[in-house]
Amino acid sequence: MTPRQIIGKIGLWLSVFVIVSPAILFFLWMLSLSLKFEIDNAAYPPVFFPEHIAWKNYADVLASNRFLTYFINSLIVTGSATALALMVGVPAGYGIARMAAHKSAIVILIARITPGLSYLIPLFLLFQWLGLLGTLVPQIIIHLVVTVPIVIWIMIGYFETTPLELEEAALIDGATRWQVFRHVALPIAKPGIAVAFILAVIFSWNNFVFGIVLAGRETRTLPVAVYNMISFDQLSWGPLAAAALIVTLPVLLLTVFAQRQIVAGLTAGAVKGG
Amino acid sequence: MRPPSYWPFVVPALVVVLAIIIFPWVFTIWMSLNEWKVGSPTTFVGFSNYLRLASDPRFLESVVHTIAYTALSVLLPLVLGTFAAVVFHQKFAGRGFLRGVFIMPMMATPVAIALVWTMMFHPQLGVLNYLLSLVGIPAQLWVFHPATVIPSLVLVETWQWTPLVMLIVLGGLAAIPTEPYESAQIDGANLWQVFRFITLPLIMPFLFIAGMIRMIDAVKSFDIIFAITQGGPGSASETINIYLYSVAFTYYDLGYGSAIAVVFFLLIVALAAVMLYARQRMLWTEIASDA
Repeated sequence: MTPRQIIGKIGLWLSVFVIVSPAILFFLWMLSLSLKFEIDNAAYPPVFFPEHIAWKNYADVLASNRFLTYFINSLIVTGSATALALMVGVPAGYGIARMAAHKSAIVILIARITPGLSYLIPLFLLFQWLGLLGTLVPQIIIHLVVTVPIVIWIMIGYFETTPLELEEAALIDGATRWQVFRHVALPIAKPGIAVAFILAVIFSWNNFVFGIVLAGRETRTLPVAVYNMISFDQLSWGPLAAAALIVTLPVLLLTVFAQRQIVAGLTAGAVKGG
Repeated sequence: MRPPSYWPFVVPALVVVLAIIIFPWVFTIWMSLNEWKVGSPTTFVGFSNYLRLASDPRFLESVVHTIAYTALSVLLPLVLGTFAAVVFHQKFAGRGFLRGVFIMPMMATPVAIALVWTMMFHPQLGVLNYLLSLVGIPAQLWVFHPATVIPSLVLVETWQWTPLVMLIVLGGLAAIPTEPYESAQIDGANLWQVFRFITLPLIMPFLFIAGMIRMIDAVKSFDIIFAITQGGPGSASETINIYLYSVAFTYYDLGYGSAIAVVFFLLIVALAAVMLYARQRMLWTEIASDA
């Protein structure tokens, strides 16, 4: 290596270090906060590596009955909203792609631009009239605002790239459009469905604004539950950080293990919910 | 025989979209024309909710906050994200893994990270003031002082969303042919010149898309601001979205809240239109200067 190349190499690694360290240091600090007793968390200068590790913070969070309830609420809301979105969104993406009905994407665009709170005002009233407040149904329905556009958008893009020849051959052989979709198009589209699924799950799981308005004490999802913890015990940072980490851990794991799908999905439509 | 159409595939989604996107919009517009408070009878008031907006100092102040917050939250991630994209475009060991780590902030649950940032901003015990003290900078009040609250929140927003700009620009870099770089190398151009005169013009369309998406998201930003400051201290970080929340779900003034929602949406569309227009102007001047 010439001196010039060596300098280039050092410069590159220095740049990589500068770029990645805010993310790494933040999550390490989050982990550190969650594993310290109050005495260490309230120390100045801050303690980075505690002498005694407070596993207790995690045990306390996990042992509380409420946390389990909220975890199940989150699973139900995100699971239902994602499943429903795939059921209606995958065929819709297929139909729109095959009809080349690109103008219909404007609705998706409007949904993308609209602030989440705008949906909440009318739907809040509607749920009140229907007497649904206090159940998880309103949250499942309103999370569709996040998940359905993501799924449709990604599936339109995906079905536009899948080959038409096989489908045409099947049609000539006398298959119905539904059979063609079910047995030819759908199996090929699995990678696209995976992308739509992962992004819908993440953005629904992370959603906060719908929950603070629609959730009651028993129907909170995890982000709302964590937010409510802040106001109650402002000063016990350890359990708070532990709760925060538990809430976001599934998403962080997905990000690391399904990075390829997430990158593909985000750069295809650059969609974000809420 | 006419082939059966694809409409049946779209109908279920159409029903859902009508119910959860179109219906709320139509209903919001109707509500904005009414005096509509939870628990009291509604009356049609025409455009008076909109007129009230024009002379509501808290709303006007929130517009200023939103514009300041948005401008910073577009510019900083664009600059840093472009730099990050250029770096991630190089080949180095562990690139895939590090890219995964780099995009974690934007995928993480916003409320969860807001909570940790709140602890980091703490004036006495926060790690940020400790880090500043290491390089001799006096302690700051961060989100606890009206003058620094918006820049501090922008810091979080930038940390969170620089990765999205990086991903979009990285996609643009991948599409650039290698020939211009080879001839630049022969001509002895330095790194900055190569970036300024070859890379930057070629990734302009991607930067524009990234800027547009960033603008739309920054204007609507809610979770981070609400969880860290709730618009405070006082109303120093109250953006339109936060004010909308207070009006609709703290005061339950739904008619007025709907009017804010409509104006807010139109403002986002207007900002997007201005950006599109500016982009067109840029393209025309380029064409004109080429000729």
